[in-house]
This record gives sequence, C-alpha cells and structure tokens, in this order.
Amino acid sequence: MTLALDGLTVLAVCAGAFFFLAGTVGLLRFPDALSRLHALTKADNLGLGLVVLGLLFQVGGVLAALKLISVWLLTLLAGATVTQLLARVARADVPHD
Amino acid sequence: MVDFLLAAAGFVLVTVAVGLVRILSGPGDADRIMAAQLLGTGGIAALLLLAQAMSVPAAIDVGLVLALLAAFVSVAFVKGVTRSQAGEA
Repeated sequence: MTLALDGLTVLAVCAGAFFFLAGTVGLLRFPDALSRLHALTKADNLGLGLVVLGLLFQVGGVLAALKLISVWLLTLLAGATVTQLLARVARADVPHD
Repeated sequence: MVDFLLAAAGFVLVTVAVGLVRILSGPGDADRIMAAQLLGTGGIAALLLLAQAMSVPAAIDVGLVLALLAAFVSVAFVKGVTRSQAGEA
C-alpha cells in the first residue's frame, strides 16, 4: 500500500516538475509577451497542482491535506487574476514598440 | 522518498532560476514580472516539497504566505504601470 502511494507521488511530482520545466522553456523561447504568459500559467496551475496532488498521498491528516489544497486554490485564484492584469499591460505595450 | 522529494525540490528551483534570465533580457516590463511570478510559484512548490521531505509542517505556511505576496507583487506592478501611463497621457 505504501509502495503504491509512493509510486503515485513519484508520478505526480515528476509530472509537476515537467510542467515547471515546460513553463521555463516557454518563458525563454516563446516570441511575444502573450504567448509567454500562456506558458507561465501552465507552470502555475498544472505544475503546482500536480506537485500538490503528489504530496497529498504522503500527508498524514485531513487538516494537512486541506492546507495543501488551499495553497493550490490560492495560487489558482491569484494566477487567474494576475494573468488578466498582466495581459492588459502586455497588450498596451505592443503599439509602443 | 525523502531523497526523491529533495531532488524534486532542487530540480524545480534550478528550473525556475534559469527562467530568471528573462528578467535580464526583457524586453518589456511585463516579461520581467512574469519571470518573478514563475519564481514565486516555483518557490511555493519547492517549499511544499521540502516541508514533506524534512517533516517541517511550518514550511507549508511559508508557502501560503509566498502565494499571497506573489499575487500582491503583480497587482502592485500593474497598478504602478497603469498609473504612470495615465500620468503621461
């Protein structure tokens, strides 16, 4: 049972780390601000989400699990808001270049 | 499992640190704040992994605070930019 949970953790955390890698590569390689924003949100939502999912198999109590999930939900909420605001700034920047 | 979680935390931190190159190269201010945003999220992920690996539950609270502050950084940036543009016009 422990082995199965550990396996799920390894799987989910590896997938999360991959999305962080993808987000960084996208941030460095994509041509314009809006597509870089797209890469950033993947790392924010999926990367952190999969890392939290992987850690959920390891925590002992319900309270600790709820706290982990609340970290992810806060990041989702903040990410969605901030991405809208940054996209507005990035779009306003384009005509000046 | 502890070794794996530590390795994953190190990998995420190194990945996000490489992303900081975007702060140097720009070109726009929005691109630079995006790299800082990615550092915030990666820092949260690394903190959560470390909390589990080192059995320090308080690190989860630090991650929660970091999530809050990372949101405020970008909101403050956007407010500053839009105000200065309104001032120029």
